[in-house]
Amino acid sequence: MSESNNISSHQTACSRAYKLGKKPSFQDIILTLSDYWARQGCVILQPYDSEVGAGTLHPATTLRALGDKPWKAAYVQPSRRPKDARYGENPNRLGHYYQYQVILKPNPINLQQLYLDSLYEIGIDPKLHDIRFVEDDWENPTVGAWGLGWEVWCDGMEVSQYTYFQQVGGFDCKPVSGELTYGLERLTMYVQGVENVYDIDFNGQGVTYGDVFLENEKQQSAFNFEHSDAAMLKRWFEDAEKQCGILLANKLPLPAFDWALKSSHLFNLLDARGVVSPTERQSFIARVRDLAKGCAASWLENQQGAAK
Amino acid sequence: MSEFLLELFSEEIPARMQKRAMEDLARMLGEGFKKAGILSCDFESFVAPRRLGVCVTGLPIATPETREEKKGPKINAPQAAIDGFVRAAGIASIAEARVETDAKKGDFYVVDVVKAGAKTAEIIAELVPQIIRNFPWPKSMRWGEGSLRWVRPLHRILALFDGEIVPFEIEGITASNQTEGHRFHGNGVFAVANFADYKTKIAAANVIIDREVRKASILAQANEICANNGLELVDDIGLLEEVCGLVDKPFVILGQMDVAFLDLPPEVIRLTLRLNQKYFVANDKASGKLAPYFIVVSNLNATDGGKAIALGNARVLSARLNDARYFWDLDRKTPLESRVAKLDSLVFHEKLGSVGDKVKRIVELAGEIAPLVGADVVEAKRAALLCKADLSTEMVGEFPELQGIMGRYYALNDNEFPEVANAIAEHYKPVGPSDVVPTHPVSIAVALADKFDTLVGFFAIGEKPTGSGDPYALRRAALGIIRIVLENELRIPIKGFVNEELISFFLDRLKIYLRDQDFEHDIIDAAYAITDDDLVRIVNRIKALSAFIKTTEGENLLAGYKRAANILKAEEKKGWESADAVVNPSLFKENAEMSLFATLGEISSDLDVFLAKEDFAGALGALSSLRSPIYAFLDDVLVNDADASIRQNRLALLAQLRQMMAKIADFECIRG
Repeated sequence: MSESNNISSHQTACSRAYKLGKKPSFQDIILTLSDYWARQGCVILQPYDSEVGAGTLHPATTLRALGDKPWKAAYVQPSRRPKDARYGENPNRLGHYYQYQVILKPNPINLQQLYLDSLYEIGIDPKLHDIRFVEDDWENPTVGAWGLGWEVWCDGMEVSQYTYFQQVGGFDCKPVSGELTYGLERLTMYVQGVENVYDIDFNGQGVTYGDVFLENEKQQSAFNFEHSDAAMLKRWFEDAEKQCGILLANKLPLPAFDWALKSSHLFNLLDARGVVSPTERQSFIARVRDLAKGCAASWLENQQGAAK
Repeated sequence: MSEFLLELFSEEIPARMQKRAMEDLARMLGEGFKKAGILSCDFESFVAPRRLGVCVTGLPIATPETREEKKGPKINAPQAAIDGFVRAAGIASIAEARVETDAKKGDFYVVDVVKAGAKTAEIIAELVPQIIRNFPWPKSMRWGEGSLRWVRPLHRILALFDGEIVPFEIEGITASNQTEGHRFHGNGVFAVANFADYKTKIAAANVIIDREVRKASILAQANEICANNGLELVDDIGLLEEVCGLVDKPFVILGQMDVAFLDLPPEVIRLTLRLNQKYFVANDKASGKLAPYFIVVSNLNATDGGKAIALGNARVLSARLNDARYFWDLDRKTPLESRVAKLDSLVFHEKLGSVGDKVKRIVELAGEIAPLVGADVVEAKRAALLCKADLSTEMVGEFPELQGIMGRYYALNDNEFPEVANAIAEHYKPVGPSDVVPTHPVSIAVALADKFDTLVGFFAIGEKPTGSGDPYALRRAALGIIRIVLENELRIPIKGFVNEELISFFLDRLKIYLRDQDFEHDIIDAAYAITDDDLVRIVNRIKALSAFIKTTEGENLLAGYKRAANILKAEEKKGWESADAVVNPSLFKENAEMSLFATLGEISSDLDVFLAKEDFAGALGALSSLRSPIYAFLDDVLVNDADASIRQNRLALLAQLRQMMAKIADFECIRG
């Protein structure tokens, strides 16, 4: 990439790297995105401290997308997808990876341009690269959420998911939130021109993504596929479900949501272990969705109560 | 006449929805104008990723005043009826109505309802917001704080009538004369004066609004690039339709694929390129084989001539093909045979068991069919056993379209017989009307077994196709069997595999198939009167009959038959029964009777021989020698003789004629 002449006038981690004639590191990209979205008025949050399958599930997105209060936030979220783990042997697939998540409620009318500007900040020049908005409607059945939008392609690679939230937990999102999810590893691989995720330059000072995460992928894969105890996972799932129910009965949507997330993650672990039949699968998804819907309903009620 | 230009400028419209939206917009405007009294105008609609528009020409400035005579109740009608009329006609009191006199009805009220004309611009200002609110997008959404729904956020509405902005507003979007061009090659927001001006300026802003022009440009560029590189573009109309909706202005770029990937099955490479990346593929002109290139339709005239785009796409493609290679390598480690057991946990249909159960049934059935189609029983059963095993492979999990095709590759890798491997790939065929049918006996046996099992199973659980739906594609399965049987001239009595209900389902499908091939339905019905479950024989009969009826001989014979049959029908209505009738030659009085009887006798055995040989043309030829005796009989003999026994005898002779002809077809069904 030779975008060093085209970078933004703002001093960011990426612009500093380009000025030094270097490609931005993984953390440069994270820092730059946070810097950029902070300038757009976002609250820069830290990752949620619970296992989630996607950045969307952070309560800062799932719950805050509901209700009428304006909200702008951006954060990195580690996402765990036990089934996608590959013992560190696949150059593109990981059981644990990072998403950069932005939510703007209501979506500003120039959100597409804001998004394109964010790509520009990390060194993707739209006059040099073919950026396309390709239809991809987003749906997450486990939280009863869906929206319309696109996957954003840069030279044929999906670098982000761009969604206008229509419903969460079965409730209409009013106003509508715009949600952006950047696949950080992919984006970095693209910007750095590396073919293998573990070759990503993490910090610009000799530490690679593999140094940080390869061993974790290996061990977590062994756990996901070989050593997780299905009976225990099932029991924990039921306990988490029960705990969520108790909290919902006491109108405590925030801790209830934590336990809905737990049950979702436990289901993902069971699924990875290959012990869930197709019929059971549907029933697990329905159970998690019921919890998530309960949390959404309770949160909305709580919001409306607070507004009065 | 005046011009109306409308452009709805939004965020990127899904490619698959664009063409339909363009048609819907013109249709809805046309309907709206018609309702408003504008009956004739011309539409030129257009669509590009960020805009949907139409230019309507031939519009009047305003619609004329219309006058409609509204007839009311009689003057002596009850007050309630008169009050109702006053309300309906929109007048203040009945005094405003005229009284007309009718000779029959007497005096009654009449009101001339005058509808004022409207300015076309006003009609538009009312109509367009309605169309926007009711637009039939397959999926629509809200955005921001508004409640308006559109396919993606709507940003601008350009609405010009004769160069003037049509003043209207919808959810905070006010109609204007402004638009913008290409996202990256445009030059900001600009105003236009009319459609001609719009076209010039939008082209200058690097948007091709005509999707046909975009398609032509893609093809021209791709073909040129191919020609320059010794390649031949592989046509892909579906992909062309899609990618023309992803670009405002296409810039076609050739990318290079690592040749090492060419050891993957070409189907896998093509599908990866097409489905995942929306690339066109090309064959090497010299060898005709898939070439290690890909063709990207980009939306950007990049500052470096597209080098970065080609390189970036090549990297993405490598990652994709590496995934495919991973599946390919992994799948080949497990023999297909050992995957069969996994099918037991794959649900086929909740009432019809697992795919494993289906496979067990297909194996049995293929074993029964094999000898009938000249296939080796062991090979047919082997192919049937393995035919669904690739469903549990990673590759088919990723690309369901490759079912069967991957099974073939994996079977060859397992050193299965080529006939068995090919049957795995071919047993799904034909997948559509344009697809070829399998021709190798083993493939035929498995293809038939699979389809028979599907039909019998779904009919047994009552999941039959209805007028509106056929979710399990049973019509296609039946048509598949019909085509396999006919095109391979297979002599299979289908009764051995299906019940009566399904036989009639097959005959219905066959009728539609034959009508598509221009056979007349009366000829088909005539042949169907002969109970038969051998599709080839049924069709041969229809073909012979159809050809025969078109000849002069056939036409004459049919006319003679109809006359004879009419006499019989008239008698039968009166209670005469042909079943009891026996011809007694000693009662003949006329030569014509004798001669018809003699001819019937002469051809009787010939006819049976021809029919035994299934030589329907021969049989019909034999029948045609009846023509002159029939005519002679009908012209010279009065059936209705005063002597009842002679009359009975003549009727019996005609009944014998009818019976003999009915061995070939029911001529009664054929239109004269």
